[in-house]
Amino acid sequence: MSVVFKKPNAMSDVPMHYCPGCTHGIVHRLVAEVLDELGIEGKTVGVAPVGCAVFAYNYFECDMIEAAHGRAPAVATGVKRTHPDNVVFTYQGDGDLAAIGTAETVHVGARGENITIIFINNTNYGMTGGQMAPTTMLGQVTTTSPYGRDQNIQGHPVHVCELMSTLDGVAYAERVAVNDVKGVRATKKAIKKAFQAQIDKKGLSIVEVLSTCPTNWGLSPVEALKFVEEKMKPIYPLGVYKDTTGY
Amino acid sequence: MAKVLMKGNEAIAEAAIKAGCLHYFGYPITPQTEIAEYMAKRMPKVGGLCLQAESEVAAINMIYGAASSGTRCMTSSSSPGISLKSEGISYIVGCDLPCVILNVQRGGPGLGGIQPSQADYYQATKALGHGDMHLFVLAPSSVQEMAELTSEAFDIADTYRIPVLILADGALGQMMEPVDFDLIKKREDIPEKDWAACGHEGKRKKNIITSLFLNPEELENSVLARYEKYKKIDENEVRYEKFMTDDADIVIVAYGITSRICKSAVTAARAKGIKVGLLRPITLSPFPSDELKKLSQTASKFLTVELNMGQMITDVKLAIECSKPVEFLGRTGGSIMTVDDVLAKIEEMGGNK
Repeated sequence: MSVVFKKPNAMSDVPMHYCPGCTHGIVHRLVAEVLDELGIEGKTVGVAPVGCAVFAYNYFECDMIEAAHGRAPAVATGVKRTHPDNVVFTYQGDGDLAAIGTAETVHVGARGENITIIFINNTNYGMTGGQMAPTTMLGQVTTTSPYGRDQNIQGHPVHVCELMSTLDGVAYAERVAVNDVKGVRATKKAIKKAFQAQIDKKGLSIVEVLSTCPTNWGLSPVEALKFVEEKMKPIYPLGVYKDTTGY
Repeated sequence: MAKVLMKGNEAIAEAAIKAGCLHYFGYPITPQTEIAEYMAKRMPKVGGLCLQAESEVAAINMIYGAASSGTRCMTSSSSPGISLKSEGISYIVGCDLPCVILNVQRGGPGLGGIQPSQADYYQATKALGHGDMHLFVLAPSSVQEMAELTSEAFDIADTYRIPVLILADGALGQMMEPVDFDLIKKREDIPEKDWAACGHEGKRKKNIITSLFLNPEELENSVLARYEKYKKIDENEVRYEKFMTDDADIVIVAYGITSRICKSAVTAARAKGIKVGLLRPITLSPFPSDELKKLSQTASKFLTVELNMGQMITDVKLAIECSKPVEFLGRTGGSIMTVDDVLAKIEEMGGNK
């Protein structure tokens, strides 16, 4: 019998803690598939965030470091600058990357650190129970924007790929979504390209993935996929925001 | 190598490089900016890296990453910057990572001033980060000792898998004295860093660096294990200098720059026939409590001299179990007491002749 589907080697054989319908698991798998395909698991160091993916260190078979909230890009810088031959990636959510860690995120871009950022945008703080994130959209209800995000009170959402694309050290910034099969395939392609850019020392690569959070959105898994399509994509358009890789 | 005339800050930087620290991450702040400048100039010539971070927070997290991957590394700052680093320091402790952190103290609180101070004693020895934790704290009192203790700090850090803090001050950092780097001793038997996250190359299981333990028993066990290590450090690493304490009626306790003023005051008091001596802690944490307790059996009074409102005095009182009076002489805000100030205090305390 031929095997048509199996766990990537770079993915640990343990149950994940993610909620039903959450797309973190899909993105984890895509990263692991890319580590396998590029044959880089043995020289990769991953940096986990504080947020829903805090346990990412349990799910990848490469060496892993758990960073403080928002500091993953600085931690990754410390690894990469002392071990330039390692492949180093961070896996971060929106609160981690675009609120408390904004300075660290912007400056790895400015310095053109040869690291890869996998950025999960699900428009809320998932782990702490659905509070407003820097990516929460205007009008969106969260536990700390119970009447909907009001620009006069809570300000505007942060568009990370657009922001990062203005920095000279960023080689590749693309926004993708994992709410359908086509999107999952595009996400895999983007993640692979981002890691390749790092291997070729092109500069910082970042892949922003529009993801679901059915639990905190109060939606079923299927409704959550529709939410990404209908509500998020108009505010966060997919596409390549910067690409100087020459691939 | 002959003696060279150097600023304290430069001596620390050069000693770090000679100790094999080829990665420095920092952020400018007075009065320790010379370290970053020295590193920026020297590191490219020795195949190392000096990286100026976007903040103290980022710098300490770069150290967290570098130390996680098994690299000898160092950061330095001054008081307000050290406060910013405290989050990262707590994580570094929680992950049992070796590195060296330097605080060239200035006056506080807040933005404070830029003149010498020892006002971060409590922060350094009691609570430089959240959680059940200590740092290993070294307090040099000369430029030569800044060089020697910096080198030793790396060996201690690697031996015990702990961060080591060097607590200096603006005076030590800025003043120039001759240094002989050949006097630096290196420790043997530094353990291999087989725990480091630097790529398993398919040759071992993955290494995970984390301070997260959601299970209360697991967290308790990890803290208990760290305190076992602290116990071993208490037994093996306490360091101090005694000056004329054997027959001393008054024992002064002072470290760093103030210990030098006190040493001169002891000599001046002895010339007047007053039996006074000096105990200079070189390790502030672990604190030389046992030695102080021994001295409390022969001395009748103690005096702590500090550039703050009285912080180490608490540790002295605890060490001698308040069995003898402990008086205090201090200046804060950046001014330094003179030898005459200390001598006047000794005479006021009425030391026996």
